[in-house]
Amino acid sequence: MQTLSEKILSRASSRDRVRPGEIVTCRVDLAMMHDSGGPRRVAARLASLGAKVWDPDKIVLASDHFVPAVDIESAEILALTRRWAHAEGVKNFYDQEGICHVVIQEHGHLRPGMFAVGGDSHSTSGGAFGAFMVGIGATEMTGVLATGEIWIKVPETIRLVWQGRFGSAVSAKDIMLFLCARLGMNNNYKAFEYAGSAVEAMPMPERMVLCNMAAELGGKAGIVEPDQTTLAALEAAGVDPESDALNWKSDLDARYAQTHEFDASALEPQVAAPHSPANSTAVGEHLDTALDLAYIGACTGAKLTDLHMAAAALKGRKVASGMRLLIAPASTRTTAAAAADGTLAILTEAGAKILPSGCGACAGMGAGTLAAGEVCISSTARNFKGRMGSPEARVYLGSPYTVAASAVRGKITDPREFVA
Amino acid sequence: MSIEGRVWVFGDSIDTDLLAPGPYMRKSLPELAEHCLEAIAPAFASQVREGDILVAGEAFGIGSSREQAAQVLIQLGIRAVVAKSFARIFYRNALNLGLPALVCPEIEAETGERLALDPLSGKIVNRERGREFQAEPIPEQLMAIVNAGGLLPYLKARFSGSSEA
Repeated sequence: MQTLSEKILSRASSRDRVRPGEIVTCRVDLAMMHDSGGPRRVAARLASLGAKVWDPDKIVLASDHFVPAVDIESAEILALTRRWAHAEGVKNFYDQEGICHVVIQEHGHLRPGMFAVGGDSHSTSGGAFGAFMVGIGATEMTGVLATGEIWIKVPETIRLVWQGRFGSAVSAKDIMLFLCARLGMNNNYKAFEYAGSAVEAMPMPERMVLCNMAAELGGKAGIVEPDQTTLAALEAAGVDPESDALNWKSDLDARYAQTHEFDASALEPQVAAPHSPANSTAVGEHLDTALDLAYIGACTGAKLTDLHMAAAALKGRKVASGMRLLIAPASTRTTAAAAADGTLAILTEAGAKILPSGCGACAGMGAGTLAAGEVCISSTARNFKGRMGSPEARVYLGSPYTVAASAVRGKITDPREFVA
Repeated sequence: MSIEGRVWVFGDSIDTDLLAPGPYMRKSLPELAEHCLEAIAPAFASQVREGDILVAGEAFGIGSSREQAAQVLIQLGIRAVVAKSFARIFYRNALNLGLPALVCPEIEAETGERLALDPLSGKIVNRERGREFQAEPIPEQLMAIVNAGGLLPYLKARFSGSSEA
Protein backbone atom coordinates (compact mmCIF):
# COMPACT_ATOMS: atom_id res chain seq x y z
CA MET A 1 0.00 0.00 0.00
CA GLN A 2 2.84 2.38 -0.81
CA THR A 3 3.43 4.79 -3.66
CA LEU A 4 6.54 4.35 -5.79
CA SER A 5 8.20 7.29 -4.00
CA GLU A 6 7.46 5.74 -0.60
CA LYS A 7 8.82 2.37 -1.75
CA ILE A 8 12.11 3.93 -2.82
CA LEU A 9 12.44 5.85 0.46
CA SER A 10 11.63 2.67 2.40
CA ARG A 11 14.39 0.80 0.59
CA ALA A 12 16.88 3.69 0.97
CA SER A 13 16.17 3.98 4.70
CA SER A 14 16.20 0.18 5.26
CA ARG A 15 12.63 0.11 6.50
CA ASP A 16 9.66 -2.03 5.59
CA ARG A 17 7.56 1.02 4.96
CA VAL A 18 7.54 4.77 5.47
CA ARG A 19 4.63 7.12 5.99
CA PRO A 20 4.22 10.68 4.69
CA GLY A 21 5.44 13.22 7.24
CA GLU A 22 8.02 10.89 8.78
CA ILE A 23 11.64 12.01 8.72
CA VAL A 24 13.97 9.20 7.68
CA THR A 25 17.69 8.95 7.03
CA CYS A 26 18.41 7.60 3.55
CA ARG A 27 21.52 6.07 2.01
CA VAL A 28 22.30 7.94 -1.21
CA ASP A 29 22.73 5.82 -4.36
CA LEU A 30 23.91 8.69 -6.53
CA ALA A 31 24.90 12.32 -5.94
CA MET A 32 25.08 14.75 -8.86
CA MET A 33 26.76 18.15 -8.86
CA HIS A 34 27.61 20.90 -11.33
CA ASP A 35 30.25 23.61 -11.52
CA SER A 36 28.13 26.30 -9.85
CA GLY A 37 27.01 24.45 -6.73
CA GLY A 38 29.65 21.71 -6.79
CA PRO A 39 33.37 21.71 -5.98
CA ARG A 40 33.46 25.50 -5.94
CA ARG A 41 31.15 25.40 -2.93
CA VAL A 42 31.83 22.01 -1.33
CA ALA A 43 35.61 21.44 -1.68
CA ALA A 44 36.76 23.72 1.14
CA ARG A 45 33.93 22.63 3.43
CA LEU A 46 34.65 18.96 2.90
CA ALA A 47 38.32 19.63 3.64
CA SER A 48 37.37 21.53 6.81
CA LEU A 49 35.63 18.38 8.05
CA GLY A 50 38.73 16.35 7.34
CA ALA A 51 36.43 14.13 5.25
CA LYS A 52 36.84 12.50 1.87
CA VAL A 53 34.08 11.70 -0.62
CA TRP A 54 32.29 8.65 0.81
CA ASP A 55 32.21 6.88 -2.56
CA PRO A 56 33.66 8.61 -5.65
CA ASP A 57 31.92 6.11 -7.95
CA LYS A 58 28.55 7.38 -6.76
CA ILE A 59 29.31 10.96 -7.82
CA VAL A 60 28.36 12.46 -11.18
CA LEU A 61 29.88 15.86 -11.85
CA ALA A 62 29.11 18.04 -14.89
CA SER A 63 30.41 21.50 -15.75
CA ASP A 64 27.39 23.17 -17.34
CA HIS A 65 26.72 26.59 -15.77
CA PHE A 66 29.80 28.72 -16.46
CA VAL A 67 30.55 27.13 -19.84
CA PRO A 68 32.39 27.95 -21.92
CA ALA A 69 34.47 30.30 -19.80
CA VAL A 70 33.89 33.92 -20.82
CA ASP A 71 36.10 35.61 -18.23
CA ILE A 72 38.76 34.75 -15.68
CA GLU A 73 36.21 34.16 -12.93
CA SER A 74 34.32 31.50 -14.88
CA ALA A 75 37.58 29.95 -16.13
CA GLU A 76 38.80 29.63 -12.53
CA ILE A 77 35.56 27.97 -11.44
CA LEU A 78 35.87 25.43 -14.27
CA ALA A 79 39.54 24.82 -13.47
CA LEU A 80 38.73 24.24 -9.79
CA THR A 81 36.00 21.78 -10.77
CA ARG A 82 38.45 19.83 -12.95
CA ARG A 83 41.15 19.73 -10.26
CA TRP A 84 38.72 18.56 -7.61
CA ALA A 85 37.33 15.76 -9.79
CA HIS A 86 40.86 14.54 -10.39
CA ALA A 87 41.95 14.83 -6.75
CA GLU A 88 38.86 13.02 -5.42
CA GLY A 89 38.98 10.31 -8.07
CA VAL A 90 35.58 11.19 -9.54
CA LYS A 91 35.52 9.30 -12.82
CA ASN A 92 32.01 10.33 -13.86
CA PHE A 93 33.08 13.89 -14.69
CA TYR A 94 31.58 15.52 -17.79
CA ASP A 95 33.50 18.65 -18.66
CA GLN A 96 31.28 20.88 -20.84
CA GLU A 97 29.48 17.91 -22.39
CA GLY A 98 26.06 19.35 -21.61
CA ILE A 99 23.59 19.99 -18.82
CA CYS A 100 23.89 17.66 -15.82
CA HIS A 101 20.24 16.51 -15.92
CA VAL A 102 20.64 15.38 -19.52
CA VAL A 103 24.22 14.08 -19.35
CA ILE A 104 23.46 11.91 -16.31
CA GLN A 105 20.89 9.87 -18.21
CA GLU A 106 22.74 9.87 -21.54
CA HIS A 107 25.54 8.05 -19.75
CA GLY A 108 23.27 5.59 -17.99
CA HIS A 109 23.75 6.70 -14.39
CA LEU A 110 20.06 6.60 -13.47
CA ARG A 111 18.05 3.45 -12.86
CA PRO A 112 14.57 2.66 -11.54
CA GLY A 113 14.35 2.48 -7.75
CA MET A 114 17.40 4.65 -7.10
CA PHE A 115 17.47 7.28 -4.37
CA ALA A 116 19.52 10.16 -5.76
CA VAL A 117 20.30 13.75 -4.85
CA GLY A 118 21.45 16.59 -7.11
CA GLY A 119 22.91 19.98 -6.36
CA ASP A 120 20.35 21.70 -8.57
CA SER A 121 16.64 22.30 -8.18
CA HIS A 122 15.84 20.61 -11.49
CA SER A 123 17.35 17.34 -10.25
CA THR A 124 13.75 16.15 -10.08
CA SER A 125 14.26 15.34 -13.80
CA GLY A 126 15.78 12.01 -12.79
CA GLY A 127 12.33 10.80 -11.74
CA ALA A 128 11.55 10.16 -15.39
CA PHE A 129 13.60 6.97 -14.97
CA GLY A 130 11.63 5.77 -11.96
CA ALA A 131 14.21 7.13 -9.52
CA PHE A 132 13.46 9.37 -6.55
CA MET A 133 15.76 12.32 -7.15
CA VAL A 134 15.70 15.46 -5.08
CA GLY A 135 17.45 18.85 -5.35
CA ILE A 136 19.63 20.07 -2.47
CA GLY A 137 21.98 22.97 -1.66
CA ALA A 138 25.75 22.91 -1.33
CA THR A 139 26.10 22.61 2.45
CA GLU A 140 23.66 19.73 2.37
CA MET A 141 25.70 18.21 -0.47
CA THR A 142 28.81 18.52 1.69
CA GLY A 143 27.03 16.38 4.27
CA VAL A 144 26.11 13.81 1.62
CA LEU A 145 29.67 13.69 0.29
CA ALA A 146 31.03 13.18 3.80
CA THR A 147 28.51 10.62 5.05
CA GLY A 148 26.64 9.15 2.06
CA GLU A 149 23.41 9.93 3.91
CA ILE A 150 20.71 12.58 4.08
CA TRP A 151 17.54 13.08 6.11
CA ILE A 152 14.33 13.22 4.11
CA LYS A 153 10.83 14.13 5.15
CA VAL A 154 8.67 11.57 3.39
CA PRO A 155 6.39 13.50 1.05
CA GLU A 156 2.77 12.82 0.30
CA THR A 157 2.28 11.83 -3.33
CA ILE A 158 -0.01 13.71 -5.70
CA ARG A 159 -1.02 11.64 -8.73
CA LEU A 160 -1.48 13.53 -11.99
CA VAL A 161 -3.20 11.42 -14.61
CA TRP A 162 -3.18 12.59 -18.23
CA GLN A 163 -5.33 10.48 -20.52
CA GLY A 164 -5.72 10.69 -24.27
CA ARG A 165 -3.58 11.97 -27.11
CA PHE A 166 -2.13 15.43 -27.55
CA GLY A 167 -3.51 17.59 -30.33
CA SER A 168 -1.00 18.95 -32.84
CA ALA A 169 1.87 21.10 -31.54
CA VAL A 170 1.18 20.25 -27.88
CA SER A 171 3.84 18.71 -25.65
CA ALA A 172 4.86 17.89 -22.08
CA LYS A 173 5.93 21.52 -21.59
CA ASP A 174 2.35 22.64 -22.14
CA ILE A 175 1.21 20.17 -19.46
CA MET A 176 3.65 21.65 -16.97
CA LEU A 177 2.82 25.30 -17.70
CA PHE A 178 -0.86 24.39 -17.37
CA LEU A 179 -0.19 22.65 -14.04
CA CYS A 180 1.83 25.60 -12.69
CA ALA A 181 -1.23 27.78 -13.22
CA ARG A 182 -3.68 25.13 -11.98
CA LEU A 183 -1.84 23.80 -8.91
CA GLY A 184 0.39 26.79 -8.09
CA MET A 185 4.10 26.71 -7.29
CA ASN A 186 4.02 26.13 -3.54
CA ASN A 187 3.34 22.38 -3.29
CA ASN A 188 6.10 21.81 -0.77
CA TYR A 189 6.95 18.35 0.51
CA LYS A 190 4.94 16.68 -2.24
CA ALA A 191 6.02 14.09 -4.79
CA PHE A 192 4.28 14.28 -8.14
CA GLU A 193 3.61 10.97 -9.84
CA TYR A 194 2.62 11.24 -13.50
CA ALA A 195 0.50 8.55 -15.12
CA GLY A 196 -2.11 7.89 -17.78
CA SER A 197 -2.06 7.01 -21.45
CA ALA A 198 -0.60 10.38 -22.53
CA VAL A 199 2.38 9.85 -20.21
CA GLU A 200 2.80 6.21 -21.25
CA ALA A 201 2.98 7.35 -24.88
CA MET A 202 5.74 9.87 -24.15
CA PRO A 203 9.39 9.24 -25.03
CA MET A 204 11.84 9.64 -22.14
CA PRO A 205 12.85 13.27 -22.91
CA GLU A 206 9.21 14.33 -22.64
CA ARG A 207 8.80 12.46 -19.34
CA MET A 208 11.91 14.32 -18.19
CA VAL A 209 10.09 17.61 -18.82
CA LEU A 210 7.25 16.47 -16.54
CA CYS A 211 9.66 15.56 -13.76
CA ASN A 212 11.98 18.52 -14.39
CA MET A 213 9.21 21.04 -13.85
CA ALA A 214 7.92 19.28 -10.74
CA ALA A 215 10.43 21.77 -9.30
CA GLU A 216 8.24 24.63 -10.55
CA LEU A 217 5.27 23.08 -8.75
CA GLY A 218 7.37 23.30 -5.59
CA GLY A 219 7.57 19.51 -5.38
CA LYS A 220 10.31 17.50 -3.78
CA ALA A 221 10.28 15.02 -6.65
CA GLY A 222 8.54 14.09 -9.88
CA ILE A 223 8.35 10.46 -10.87
CA VAL A 224 7.07 8.17 -13.62
CA GLU A 225 6.74 4.41 -13.20
CA PRO A 226 9.30 2.58 -15.36
CA ASP A 227 8.00 0.68 -18.38
CA GLN A 228 9.29 -0.71 -21.67
CA THR A 229 10.10 2.82 -22.89
CA THR A 230 12.30 3.26 -19.81
CA LEU A 231 14.05 -0.07 -20.38
CA ALA A 232 14.71 0.77 -24.03
CA ALA A 233 16.26 4.11 -23.02
CA LEU A 234 18.44 2.41 -20.41
CA GLU A 235 19.66 -0.10 -22.96
CA ALA A 236 20.37 2.70 -25.43
CA ALA A 237 22.51 4.32 -22.70
CA GLY A 238 24.48 1.09 -22.32
CA VAL A 239 22.81 -0.06 -19.12
CA ASP A 240 21.74 -3.63 -18.56
CA PRO A 241 18.61 -3.04 -16.44
CA GLU A 242 18.14 -5.16 -13.36
CA SER A 243 15.59 -7.92 -13.78
CA ASP A 244 13.30 -6.34 -11.20
CA ALA A 245 13.43 -2.86 -12.77
CA LEU A 246 9.76 -2.94 -13.73
CA ASN A 247 8.73 -3.92 -10.21
CA TRP A 248 9.28 -0.32 -9.13
CA LYS A 249 5.64 0.70 -9.30
CA SER A 250 3.09 2.14 -6.91
CA ASP A 251 0.87 -0.43 -5.23
CA LEU A 252 -2.66 -0.57 -6.56
CA ASP A 253 -3.95 0.37 -3.11
CA ALA A 254 -1.34 3.10 -2.55
CA ARG A 255 -2.64 6.21 -0.82
CA TYR A 256 -2.38 9.53 -2.62
CA ALA A 257 -2.88 12.94 -1.06
CA GLN A 258 -4.69 14.00 -4.24
CA THR A 259 -5.42 12.56 -7.65
CA HIS A 260 -6.16 14.81 -10.60
CA GLU A 261 -7.32 13.59 -14.00
CA PHE A 262 -6.85 15.61 -17.16
CA ASP A 263 -7.69 15.17 -20.84
CA ALA A 264 -4.54 15.62 -22.91
CA SER A 265 -6.53 15.98 -26.12
CA ALA A 266 -8.20 19.14 -24.77
CA LEU A 267 -4.91 20.83 -23.85
CA GLU A 268 -3.93 23.84 -25.96
CA PRO A 269 -0.40 25.24 -26.34
CA GLN A 270 0.34 27.26 -23.19
CA VAL A 271 2.31 30.45 -22.64
CA ALA A 272 3.44 31.86 -19.28
CA ALA A 273 3.53 35.66 -19.05
CA PRO A 274 6.22 37.50 -17.04
CA HIS A 275 7.34 36.95 -14.29
CA SER A 276 6.12 33.50 -13.23
CA PRO A 277 5.41 30.08 -14.74
CA ALA A 278 2.14 30.26 -12.81
CA ASN A 279 1.01 33.05 -15.17
CA SER A 280 0.19 30.45 -17.83
CA THR A 281 -2.81 30.51 -20.13
CA ALA A 282 -3.61 29.25 -23.62
CA VAL A 283 -1.38 30.80 -26.28
CA GLY A 284 -4.39 32.59 -27.80
CA GLU A 285 -4.38 35.13 -24.97
CA HIS A 286 -0.87 36.29 -25.84
CA LEU A 287 -0.99 36.45 -29.65
CA ASP A 288 0.81 39.36 -31.28
CA THR A 289 2.97 40.19 -28.26
CA ALA A 290 6.07 41.63 -30.01
CA LEU A 291 9.36 39.86 -29.33
CA ASP A 292 13.09 40.61 -29.65
CA LEU A 293 14.45 37.16 -28.90
CA ALA A 294 13.42 33.52 -28.96
CA TYR A 295 15.53 31.15 -26.84
CA ILE A 296 15.53 27.37 -27.04
CA GLY A 297 17.73 25.97 -24.31
CA ALA A 298 18.25 24.46 -20.87
CA CYS A 299 17.46 21.12 -19.26
CA THR A 300 13.76 21.78 -19.76
CA GLY A 301 13.69 22.71 -23.42
CA ALA A 302 16.67 21.76 -25.60
CA LYS A 303 16.87 17.97 -25.76
CA LEU A 304 16.69 16.21 -29.12
CA THR A 305 12.88 15.94 -28.99
CA ASP A 306 12.73 19.68 -28.27
CA LEU A 307 14.90 20.44 -31.30
CA HIS A 308 12.62 18.20 -33.37
CA MET A 309 9.63 20.26 -32.25
CA ALA A 310 11.42 23.48 -33.17
CA ALA A 311 12.35 22.03 -36.56
CA ALA A 312 8.74 21.03 -37.22
CA ALA A 313 7.73 24.68 -36.86
CA LEU A 314 10.77 26.12 -38.68
CA LYS A 315 11.11 23.78 -41.65
CA GLY A 316 11.08 25.82 -44.87
CA ARG A 317 10.54 29.06 -42.94
CA LYS A 318 12.75 31.94 -41.80
CA VAL A 319 13.18 33.72 -38.51
CA ALA A 320 11.47 37.15 -38.78
CA SER A 321 13.58 40.16 -39.67
CA GLY A 322 14.87 41.90 -36.54
CA MET A 323 14.21 38.80 -34.44
CA ARG A 324 16.92 36.57 -32.91
CA LEU A 325 16.50 32.83 -32.44
CA LEU A 326 19.20 31.35 -30.19
CA ILE A 327 19.43 27.59 -29.66
CA ALA A 328 21.68 26.01 -27.03
CA PRO A 329 21.31 22.20 -27.42
CA ALA A 330 21.18 20.52 -24.01
CA SER A 331 24.28 18.38 -24.61
CA THR A 332 27.03 17.76 -27.12
CA ARG A 333 25.37 14.41 -27.87
CA THR A 334 22.15 16.27 -28.63
CA THR A 335 24.02 18.48 -31.09
CA ALA A 336 25.65 15.46 -32.73
CA ALA A 337 22.35 13.62 -33.05
CA ALA A 338 20.63 16.73 -34.46
CA ALA A 339 23.43 17.09 -36.98
CA ALA A 340 23.18 13.44 -38.00
CA ASP A 341 19.42 13.42 -38.53
CA GLY A 342 19.23 16.71 -40.43
CA THR A 343 17.54 18.72 -37.65
CA LEU A 344 20.45 21.11 -37.23
CA ALA A 345 20.36 22.04 -40.93
CA ILE A 346 16.65 22.91 -40.73
CA LEU A 347 17.30 25.11 -37.70
CA THR A 348 20.29 26.94 -39.15
CA GLU A 349 18.69 27.40 -42.58
CA ALA A 350 15.79 29.08 -40.80
CA GLY A 351 18.30 31.50 -39.28
CA ALA A 352 18.82 30.07 -35.79
CA LYS A 353 22.13 30.75 -34.09
CA ILE A 354 23.55 27.64 -32.42
CA LEU A 355 25.18 28.19 -29.00
CA PRO A 356 27.40 25.94 -26.85
CA SER A 357 25.69 23.31 -24.71
CA GLY A 358 25.10 24.39 -21.15
CA CYS A 359 22.64 26.18 -18.91
CA GLY A 360 23.33 29.35 -20.87
CA ALA A 361 20.92 32.25 -20.70
CA CYS A 362 18.29 30.33 -18.71
CA ALA A 363 20.02 31.15 -15.44
CA GLY A 364 21.46 34.46 -16.67
CA MET A 365 24.97 33.04 -16.55
CA GLY A 366 25.74 32.18 -20.17
CA ALA A 367 25.34 33.41 -23.74
CA GLY A 368 22.06 35.07 -24.71
CA THR A 369 21.54 37.23 -21.60
CA LEU A 370 18.83 39.89 -21.97
CA ALA A 371 19.09 43.69 -21.94
CA ALA A 372 16.64 46.08 -20.28
CA GLY A 373 13.42 46.40 -22.24
CA GLU A 374 13.95 43.27 -24.29
CA VAL A 375 11.09 40.79 -24.69
CA CYS A 376 11.93 37.09 -24.99
CA ILE A 377 10.02 33.85 -25.43
CA SER A 378 11.89 30.87 -24.05
CA SER A 379 11.58 27.08 -23.87
CA THR A 380 13.14 27.13 -20.37
CA ALA A 381 11.40 26.54 -17.03
CA ARG A 382 11.48 29.89 -15.21
CA ASN A 383 10.76 33.49 -16.12
CA PHE A 384 11.35 35.13 -12.77
CA LYS A 385 12.22 38.81 -12.88
CA GLY A 386 15.90 39.26 -13.68
CA ARG A 387 16.60 35.54 -14.13
CA MET A 388 17.71 35.73 -17.76
CA GLY A 389 19.49 39.08 -17.43
CA SER A 390 18.16 42.58 -16.81
CA PRO A 391 15.29 42.87 -14.31
CA GLU A 392 13.73 45.17 -16.91
CA ALA A 393 13.55 42.38 -19.50
CA ARG A 394 10.29 40.46 -19.99
CA VAL A 395 10.31 36.69 -20.52
CA TYR A 396 7.45 34.51 -21.75
CA LEU A 397 7.65 30.71 -21.55
CA GLY A 398 6.37 28.23 -24.10
CA SER A 399 7.06 24.86 -25.67
CA PRO A 400 9.76 24.55 -28.34
CA TYR A 401 6.91 24.48 -30.90
CA THR A 402 5.57 27.79 -29.64
CA VAL A 403 8.99 29.43 -29.27
CA ALA A 404 10.00 28.44 -32.82
CA ALA A 405 6.69 29.50 -34.37
CA SER A 406 6.96 32.83 -32.54
CA ALA A 407 10.48 33.32 -33.93
CA VAL A 408 9.07 33.06 -37.46
CA ARG A 409 6.48 35.77 -36.86
CA GLY A 410 8.51 37.94 -34.47
CA LYS A 411 5.56 37.87 -32.10
CA ILE A 412 3.88 35.25 -29.93
CA THR A 413 2.31 32.78 -32.33
CA ASP A 414 0.07 29.73 -32.06
CA PRO A 415 2.30 26.87 -33.30
CA ARG A 416 -0.73 25.07 -34.72
CA GLU A 417 -0.52 27.58 -37.60
CA PHE A 418 2.67 25.82 -38.71
CA VAL A 419 2.50 22.30 -37.29
CA ALA A 420 -0.29 20.04 -38.41
CA MET B 1 18.91 32.07 21.82
CA SER B 2 16.87 35.20 21.29
CA ILE B 3 16.94 37.54 18.33
CA GLU B 4 15.60 41.06 18.26
CA GLY B 5 15.80 43.33 15.29
CA ARG B 6 14.37 45.77 12.80
CA VAL B 7 12.04 44.25 10.21
CA TRP B 8 12.06 44.28 6.41
CA VAL B 9 8.80 43.02 4.93
CA PHE B 10 8.45 41.44 1.50
CA GLY B 11 5.50 39.79 -0.24
CA ASP B 12 4.81 36.35 -1.70
CA SER B 13 7.01 34.24 -3.99
CA ILE B 14 10.33 35.99 -3.40
CA ASP B 15 12.46 33.78 -5.66
CA THR B 16 16.12 32.83 -5.64
CA ASP B 17 16.82 34.90 -8.76
CA LEU B 18 15.72 38.00 -6.84
CA LEU B 19 17.82 37.01 -3.83
CA ALA B 20 20.96 35.92 -5.71
CA PRO B 21 20.72 37.13 -9.36
CA GLY B 22 22.33 34.78 -11.89
CA PRO B 23 24.39 37.40 -13.70
CA TYR B 24 26.36 37.96 -10.45
CA MET B 25 26.62 34.33 -9.35
CA ARG B 26 30.22 34.01 -10.50
CA LYS B 27 31.22 36.93 -8.27
CA SER B 28 32.35 36.72 -4.66
CA LEU B 29 29.69 36.51 -1.96
CA PRO B 30 30.06 40.17 -0.83
CA GLU B 31 29.68 41.34 -4.44
CA LEU B 32 26.69 39.06 -5.04
CA ALA B 33 25.10 40.34 -1.82
CA GLU B 34 25.18 43.92 -3.15
CA HIS B 35 22.59 42.81 -5.73
CA CYS B 36 20.31 40.94 -3.32
CA LEU B 37 16.66 41.89 -4.04
CA GLU B 38 17.75 44.88 -6.16
CA ALA B 39 15.14 44.09 -8.83
CA ILE B 40 12.31 44.84 -6.39
CA ALA B 41 13.97 46.83 -3.60
CA PRO B 42 17.04 48.68 -4.89
CA ALA B 43 17.85 50.23 -1.49
CA PHE B 44 17.67 46.99 0.49
CA ALA B 45 21.29 45.83 0.21
CA SER B 46 22.72 49.22 1.14
CA GLN B 47 20.28 49.98 3.96
CA VAL B 48 19.88 46.61 5.67
CA ARG B 49 21.78 46.46 8.97
CA GLU B 50 23.40 43.80 11.09
CA GLY B 51 20.71 42.19 13.24
CA ASP B 52 17.73 42.91 10.96
CA ILE B 53 14.95 40.37 10.45
CA LEU B 54 13.26 39.59 7.13
CA VAL B 55 9.53 38.86 7.07
CA ALA B 56 7.87 37.50 3.94
CA GLY B 57 4.70 35.93 2.59
CA GLU B 58 4.17 32.57 0.92
CA ALA B 59 6.80 30.45 -0.84
CA PHE B 60 9.84 32.44 0.23
CA GLY B 61 12.91 31.28 -1.72
CA ILE B 62 11.21 29.45 -4.60
CA GLY B 63 13.35 28.46 -7.56
CA SER B 64 16.96 27.42 -7.60
CA SER B 65 18.86 25.27 -5.09
CA ARG B 66 21.63 27.91 -4.96
CA GLU B 67 22.29 28.38 -1.28
CA GLN B 68 23.78 31.80 -1.92
CA ALA B 69 20.11 32.90 -1.80
CA ALA B 70 20.27 32.33 1.96
CA GLN B 71 23.95 33.14 2.32
CA VAL B 72 23.64 36.69 0.94
CA LEU B 73 21.03 37.43 3.61
CA ILE B 74 23.47 36.29 6.30
CA GLN B 75 26.22 38.31 4.62
CA LEU B 76 24.04 41.43 4.77
CA GLY B 77 23.35 40.94 8.48
CA ILE B 78 19.88 39.35 8.43
CA ARG B 79 19.61 37.19 11.56
CA ALA B 80 16.31 35.41 10.94
CA VAL B 81 13.66 34.97 8.24
CA VAL B 82 10.00 34.62 9.15
CA ALA B 83 7.65 33.64 6.33
CA LYS B 84 4.14 32.33 5.86
CA SER B 85 5.75 29.44 3.98
CA PHE B 86 9.13 28.55 2.48
CA ALA B 87 10.23 26.73 -0.63
CA ARG B 88 11.66 23.49 0.70
CA ILE B 89 15.22 23.76 -0.64
CA PHE B 90 15.61 27.32 0.66
CA TYR B 91 14.31 26.22 4.06
CA ARG B 92 16.88 23.46 4.33
CA ASN B 93 19.67 25.69 3.00
CA ALA B 94 18.88 28.41 5.55
CA LEU B 95 18.91 26.05 8.52
CA ASN B 96 21.99 24.26 7.22
CA LEU B 97 23.77 27.62 7.08
CA GLY B 98 22.62 28.53 10.58
CA LEU B 99 20.04 31.12 9.48
CA PRO B 100 16.85 30.54 11.49
CA ALA B 101 13.83 30.18 9.17
CA LEU B 102 10.49 30.29 10.95
CA VAL B 103 7.18 29.32 9.37
CA CYS B 104 4.44 31.58 10.74
CA PRO B 105 1.29 31.99 8.63
CA GLU B 106 -0.17 34.51 11.12
CA ILE B 107 2.80 36.87 11.24
CA GLU B 108 1.96 40.59 11.13
CA ALA B 109 4.67 43.21 10.79
CA GLU B 110 5.62 46.20 8.70
CA THR B 111 8.98 47.36 7.48
CA GLY B 112 10.67 49.40 10.22
CA GLU B 113 8.89 47.72 13.14
CA ARG B 114 10.85 45.53 15.55
CA LEU B 115 10.38 41.84 16.28
CA ALA B 116 11.81 39.68 19.03
CA LEU B 117 11.88 35.97 18.38
CA ASP B 118 13.20 32.73 19.79
CA PRO B 119 13.99 30.26 17.00
CA LEU B 120 13.91 27.28 19.34
CA SER B 121 10.50 27.88 20.86
CA GLY B 122 9.13 29.67 17.79
CA LYS B 123 7.77 32.53 19.89
CA ILE B 124 7.66 35.85 18.01
CA VAL B 125 6.75 39.16 19.66
CA ASN B 126 5.79 42.41 17.95
CA ARG B 127 5.87 44.79 20.92
CA GLU B 128 4.75 47.84 18.96
CA ARG B 129 1.52 46.05 18.14
CA GLY B 130 1.35 44.23 21.46
CA ARG B 131 1.02 40.98 19.51
CA GLU B 132 2.55 37.58 20.00
CA PHE B 133 2.80 34.89 17.32
CA GLN B 134 3.72 31.22 17.46
CA ALA B 135 5.79 29.85 14.58
CA GLU B 136 5.56 26.18 13.63
CA PRO B 137 8.09 24.11 15.55
CA ILE B 138 11.29 23.19 13.76
CA PRO B 139 11.41 19.37 13.40
CA GLU B 140 13.37 17.68 16.17
CA GLN B 141 15.92 16.20 13.76
CA LEU B 142 16.68 19.70 12.55
CA MET B 143 16.95 21.23 15.99
CA ALA B 144 20.28 19.50 16.52
CA ILE B 145 21.60 21.23 13.41
CA VAL B 146 20.12 24.60 14.39
CA ASN B 147 21.52 24.26 17.91
CA ALA B 148 24.97 23.54 16.49
CA GLY B 149 24.78 26.70 14.36
CA GLY B 150 24.39 24.89 11.06
CA LEU B 151 25.14 21.59 9.33
CA LEU B 152 28.89 22.12 9.02
CA PRO B 153 29.53 22.70 12.75
CA TYR B 154 27.15 19.80 13.44
CA LEU B 155 29.13 17.50 11.15
CA LYS B 156 32.43 18.74 12.57
CA ALA B 157 31.34 17.61 16.00
CA ARG B 158 30.26 14.27 14.55
CA PHE B 159 33.51 13.72 12.64
CA SER B 160 35.79 14.74 15.48
CA GLY B 161 33.76 12.67 17.94
CA SER B 162 33.56 9.52 15.85
CA SER B 163 37.29 8.89 15.50
CA GLU B 164 37.10 5.91 17.83
CA ALA B 165 34.36 4.28 15.76
